[in-house]
Amino acid sequence: MDIILENLTKKYGYQKAVDNISFHVKTGEVLGFLGPNGAGKTTTMKILAGLIAPNEGDARIGNFSVKDNPEEIKKLIGYLPENNPLYLEMPVLDYLEFSAAIQGIPNHKIQERIREMIRKCGLNAEKHKKIGELSKGYRQRVGLAQAMIHDPKILILDEPTTGLDPNQIVEIRKLIKDLGKEKTVILSTHILPEVEATCDRILIISKGKIVADGTSENLRKQSQGRELVRVRIEDGNRDDIIIQLQKIEQVAMVDPIRGLTNCFEVQSRNEQSNRRAIYQLCVKNNWALTEMTPVETKLEDLFRDLTLN
Amino acid sequence: MNKIWIIAKRELGTFFDSLTAYIMLVAFLGFSGFFTWLYGSDIFLRNQADLQVFFNIAYWTLFFFIPAITMRTMAEENKSGTIELLLTKSVSDWQIVVGKFVACMVLILIALALTLPYYLTVWKLGPVDHGSVLTGYLGLILMSATYISIGIYTSTVTSNQIVAFLSALLIGIFFHIIFDVIASGSTGSIGAFFSYLSLSTHYDSISRGVIDSKDLIYFFSIIFLGLVLSETTLSKRNLAD
Repeated sequence: MDIILENLTKKYGYQKAVDNISFHVKTGEVLGFLGPNGAGKTTTMKILAGLIAPNEGDARIGNFSVKDNPEEIKKLIGYLPENNPLYLEMPVLDYLEFSAAIQGIPNHKIQERIREMIRKCGLNAEKHKKIGELSKGYRQRVGLAQAMIHDPKILILDEPTTGLDPNQIVEIRKLIKDLGKEKTVILSTHILPEVEATCDRILIISKGKIVADGTSENLRKQSQGRELVRVRIEDGNRDDIIIQLQKIEQVAMVDPIRGLTNCFEVQSRNEQSNRRAIYQLCVKNNWALTEMTPVETKLEDLFRDLTLN
Repeated sequence: MNKIWIIAKRELGTFFDSLTAYIMLVAFLGFSGFFTWLYGSDIFLRNQADLQVFFNIAYWTLFFFIPAITMRTMAEENKSGTIELLLTKSVSDWQIVVGKFVACMVLILIALALTLPYYLTVWKLGPVDHGSVLTGYLGLILMSATYISIGIYTSTVTSNQIVAFLSALLIGIFFHIIFDVIASGSTGSIGAFFSYLSLSTHYDSISRGVIDSKDLIYFFSIIFLGLVLSETTLSKRNLAD
């Protein structure tokens, strides 16, 4: 089932938390929602989950609109809120039973669904404990289990891996990836490797607006138009080296790295490589080239570029 | 209807898990039993085979206990954020509010059912007017429903249980006694107006055995108003302001 957002705007007072956002998520896509704190990720997800209404625009899931058919939408969606609120005094099994019943699962199927969720989320050892006695990681699993118990077509997960240990993070990511094969998943996070590991598509949002949209490779390529290498050239005069480097045709900019002698960051012109030219320059001048490392533009840099201004 | 009961069942489970229910039951039975049988103008002093003493006591004990039961219902959900989960499930706001109401009501009915031995004992002691006992209980039930509805509303508007408790008491005390005091101090239409607003007027007439539609309308409209206000408060999040 597709999710379509059209010119969605949500204001809190005068502040626009979400500002005219439109995007389209196709069935079976895992969409990573990325952005700094307060960018509007949670607000967008809350609107999708039917918790708050948008001021303008509409969000549609299949043929249902959050404005006109909130009840139908709630049946289609599994929602895991940001800090995973749960009834701490309830045992895991009772809570899952409650979640199942309230989502309208017929009585004879409830036990089967609970068993499946317990298995999928690895809760077997903890199922008789009260939720309040569980560690944060297990609570997160309970949160995921309650979100998926009615087998929703769409999963909305607000920071699903916070508070998990590295092993659990890997497991949950795998779980999300598996789910993404048959369901549409929107997850928000500010852990960048996470989106790269789990998401088919990344959406970066800042101050309520979408600033980037694409697969992780696409986004990386966008920011990687210019090759950047870090070189260390010894046996030469520093200023002389800089002047000579700048004379190379393909080089756009030379930047001496502060604190390190004879280390430079050399940026090439668009779509050109300067590595050979640098090597030849060193040979010609009899300088020793002791280091040459390509600097990969990371998603982090892109993220910073897009969201810091 | 089914969804309402699912919510009510969970809420009742919370009452009993957290000992709230047991403490409330023991305290209610303790207070009302003590004053009905052992102390002050108790049944033996009155020397009449009726439960009027108990009804007078319960009128006050329930008034204090009900806010203590209702204060948690929504305030706790608001505070822990579980309300978010509840609101994104396929239940309507109305079902949530009514579910909570039903849960509190069931707890009060259990408490009142546990006082049936009082009735049986008095029956053993002398000829009882069964009709007046029945209407006495009916009065208590209607009064409880009214205060539960008010209590759920005050619990909905805050995430602090103490605030919910105190504001429920504050609103309740007007219906319980203040309107009555004003009514007895004034005459004419003002007096009649406050007398009509006072819950004790209607409670007294019902527990005296007169079931008048006027009294029933009074109780049901406050109950309904409280529930509607709670629902409106919940739905406010949806208003695009």
